[in-house]
Amino acid sequence: MISIGKGIDRLDGRLKVTGGAVYSAEHTLPRQAYGYMVTSSVPNGHITGFDTAAAQAMPGVIAIMTPVNAPRLPKQETPPPGVQRNPHLSLLQDDRVHYNGQPIAVVVADTFEQARAAARRVVVRYAQEPAELDFKAAQQHLRKAPSQPEKPADTNRGNVRGGMARAAVKVAQTYHTPLENHNPLEPHATVASWDGDKLTLFDSTQNISGVRKVAAQTFGIAPDNIHVVCKFIGGGFGSKGTTWSHVILAAMAARMAGRPVKLAMERTQMFGPVGARPMTEQRLQLGAARDGKLTAQVHDTICSTSFVDDFSEPCTTITRNLYQSDSLQTTQRMATMHLGVPTYMRAPGESSGSFALESAMDELAYALHIDPLVLRLQNYAEQDPEKGHPYSSKSLRECYRVGAERFGWARRNPAPRSMRVGNTLVGWGMATATYPANRSKAKASAVIRPDGTALVTSGTHDMGTGAYTIMTQIAADAFGLTVAQVTFDLGDTNMPEAPVSGGSQTTASVGPAVHAAATAARDKVIALAIADAQSPLHGAAPTAIASADGWLALRSDPSQRDRFSAIIARNGGQPVTADSESAPGDEKKQYAMHAFGAVFVEVHVDADFGTVRVPRVVGVYGVGKVMNAKTAHSQLLGGVTWGIGMGLMEKTEIDARTGRALNANLADYHVPVNADVGMIDVSVVEEHDPYINALGAKGMGEIGIVGVAAALANAVYHATGKRIRELPITPDRLV
Amino acid sequence: MQSFFYDRATDPAHALRLGQQTGARFLGGGTNLLDLVKGDVEHPMRLVDLTRIGLDQVSETANGAVRIGALARNSDVANHPLIRQRYPLLSQALLSGASAQLRNMATMGGNLMQRTRCPYFTDTAFDMCNKRMPGSGCGALKGYNRTHAILGASQACVAVNPSDMNVALAALDAVISVSSPRGERAIPIGQFHRLPGDTPQVDTVLLPGEMITAIDLPASPFARHASYIKVRDRASYAFALVSVGALLDIDNGSVRGARIALGGVAPRPWRVPSAEAALTGAALSDASIKRAATLLTAGAVGLKDNQFKITLVQRAIVRALRQAEGSV
Repeated sequence: MISIGKGIDRLDGRLKVTGGAVYSAEHTLPRQAYGYMVTSSVPNGHITGFDTAAAQAMPGVIAIMTPVNAPRLPKQETPPPGVQRNPHLSLLQDDRVHYNGQPIAVVVADTFEQARAAARRVVVRYAQEPAELDFKAAQQHLRKAPSQPEKPADTNRGNVRGGMARAAVKVAQTYHTPLENHNPLEPHATVASWDGDKLTLFDSTQNISGVRKVAAQTFGIAPDNIHVVCKFIGGGFGSKGTTWSHVILAAMAARMAGRPVKLAMERTQMFGPVGARPMTEQRLQLGAARDGKLTAQVHDTICSTSFVDDFSEPCTTITRNLYQSDSLQTTQRMATMHLGVPTYMRAPGESSGSFALESAMDELAYALHIDPLVLRLQNYAEQDPEKGHPYSSKSLRECYRVGAERFGWARRNPAPRSMRVGNTLVGWGMATATYPANRSKAKASAVIRPDGTALVTSGTHDMGTGAYTIMTQIAADAFGLTVAQVTFDLGDTNMPEAPVSGGSQTTASVGPAVHAAATAARDKVIALAIADAQSPLHGAAPTAIASADGWLALRSDPSQRDRFSAIIARNGGQPVTADSESAPGDEKKQYAMHAFGAVFVEVHVDADFGTVRVPRVVGVYGVGKVMNAKTAHSQLLGGVTWGIGMGLMEKTEIDARTGRALNANLADYHVPVNADVGMIDVSVVEEHDPYINALGAKGMGEIGIVGVAAALANAVYHATGKRIRELPITPDRLV
Repeated sequence: MQSFFYDRATDPAHALRLGQQTGARFLGGGTNLLDLVKGDVEHPMRLVDLTRIGLDQVSETANGAVRIGALARNSDVANHPLIRQRYPLLSQALLSGASAQLRNMATMGGNLMQRTRCPYFTDTAFDMCNKRMPGSGCGALKGYNRTHAILGASQACVAVNPSDMNVALAALDAVISVSSPRGERAIPIGQFHRLPGDTPQVDTVLLPGEMITAIDLPASPFARHASYIKVRDRASYAFALVSVGALLDIDNGSVRGARIALGGVAPRPWRVPSAEAALTGAALSDASIKRAATLLTAGAVGLKDNQFKITLVQRAIVRALRQAEGSV
């Protein structure tokens, strides 16, 4: 029985709903103490002094770690390639404050409450300096974004000036997206414990091997001495892909206190030190011929970054890849502000970038009097517009067709305000979605036990995505065992190394490694059977033998079969093991690899109040081979839901004088609740991709959010006649 | 969070005695006060838990009036037949507030005492808030004030009262019964919450040691025509940008009486008697509604981020009155 693709229930589901899944902050060690971070309340300046006497005298207080007494860390060398640089961490090595909410001290006490109470009695004195807290003003000193692989700061192809001159219709508009915070349900937490020079970290992270490398680099100890464990994650969305200050601070505090320390962040502390989606200002210029064919595209992005370290939101990537056009120019610039360093947040680049590009495409469609979907088909890229490579697979045309059909797009009257029902303005909008198919090197290890069951391990993560389940399915099929006979384990640096679970790459990276390890172990059992005179398979060619449901059998005569357990028992009774390493090859040099999708939304706008509700969304995606229909559906559903939040609600409000987040809690930082979300109809089209990896999987963690905000803005325009070019689309923008 | 003493009162007299101790505060469902204690905003020395003293019933009193015990839970009151039948506005307002889980905990008396959501008040890292630290200035006045007051505010404080329930109680002319060792007194809802003036740290006229025992609702001729309109940034679990509680007594097509209270726009539920008078004596008309909306928002001042509230609340007034007129 093939299990890949089947929508089997999450194997960790029961543990999670019964409370049996132990999350990082739930680990409690003998003699463990609690750490609580003191964070800055000013946006820029120096700390001139601490008054810790009152706090130190409070019940239960063990230590107060400040820049004055914190352990000195070795001078940071330039890290080896692939390991994050550390200047963005606040490790109490100096007295600088770069943003409001920056960790500046840690109080360690016997209980969490004692640590928090004492932290509030720590008096901090600052010499404040003027802070840059205005995005517009910060744009007076733009800097070029550091180029990342595949993401150069500036790109240019064709003759943009000529293309614009030739255009019959032009659109030139500026779009804004706000600061957003990831807000995973599980706050960041680390439990740190030293045993001599050996460090154990229970950490909520999307990158256990990254945490190990950063901690090793920071403390100047061997990576082998650091053990990182993360079995369950209550959401990360990019905010747990980086090793942030609190992880190292927990270990420093544990060393100082001479006891294990648990440092769990509070929700309010998560608006600054653990990343954010930066603000963007995006200038889009599109030129098109009368038939809608793009003659020129210009996409200039400015995003906010921090004084601590640089991060650039790669908004222009989507514009470089999505449509065929005669010419294109893109730029990425950064405006530096006294805010926490931004980071990757679900579909970094594509989510913010698609809001601008796909809004502008809608504006162009109206300017041309062409249906927005037809305009996109007119500019359909049959090959990578930038490099000219063929796509390894692309089903976008099919996504458009199926999506339009399921939505009923053909019945749309394009005139704004044409679909009013009483006080409700009805609007339909659409947008394209895309996300690159990423893959990194990953390792896995497999063992078939004498009883015929198997265990596969890889140091990857399950952020709630379904990795436990999916990897078990992949392994079961490769072994030829049932899902019930296979266990997959993850989240421990003692296991073979896997990459950061980000960029929608876990299935595409770890899946092939799991597949290879399981296949190799199975092949060893096949070899045992072939060599075993007592086996019905004795002497058969390896290729003549198939495995399924715990049996090996001749393809030509399945009645000639042998059990895994029987073969091992007759041949020494020892577990059969195999290791694998899997990595991308040259395929990216030959093919463009992307997932695509189309999203259609209906909005109901209250004509008087400007409140926007979303009764239905149709999203159709081409993501290669789906590993588990149920978890895949959940990924897309969650992505679309978040897109609704991005479009209508999400914004971190920053106080213009102090740079402090004003809505740093889940009552005031709005994400959609059930009442905001109507029917979400997400589906995938069949897609066979022979080039991308052995499994044909492209990854689907992020594409669901892409395009939703633009589709909403386009639908709001259709409903109201008002073009909203700044997110989120809250009632005050429509009153 | 500082340490504090916790007393569990067994009956109202016991509660009142415990409440006279230095630094004591009464505790209802804990949905607001405990959050503020954890957030270092409130620092009670002693909490007197009232949730086991009774006073949690909804009952009919003389002449069709209804008494709601101060410890009745918001969800129980919202779903009580007497409230649904006679005071549907209160039911609607309660059910539009918070989340089901919070409504199951929150008490009626506690909701009356709910403090503002102004971020400069709830986050102690801000060094300006006259409500939290009298004399420190108002952070919102020149800061972020999208959700703040357009009516009744002062230079010292522009925060709004966050309660939906209070808006309905204001429209219904509720009377708050309070006890103290000095005896009982009854406070009309319109006098219960204070405007900030120069002393925004004082939210209500309740004196130290006074305990809310009941909310009395007079017999209402408005049961058939009631509408609570709440405009918010998301469909549920969000505080009002603006809200309107509207009640009409319609006799033969003519408005015999009207009550309108506004929420989300002022430091207390906002009523303007002249606006209500402007609606009476004739059928509801676009002109009379517009007059009422103009009178209700007379003197409204928009701040940097909340200008939109003036238009929005006027539209909500229109919707609420029309909906009340049509509701049966």
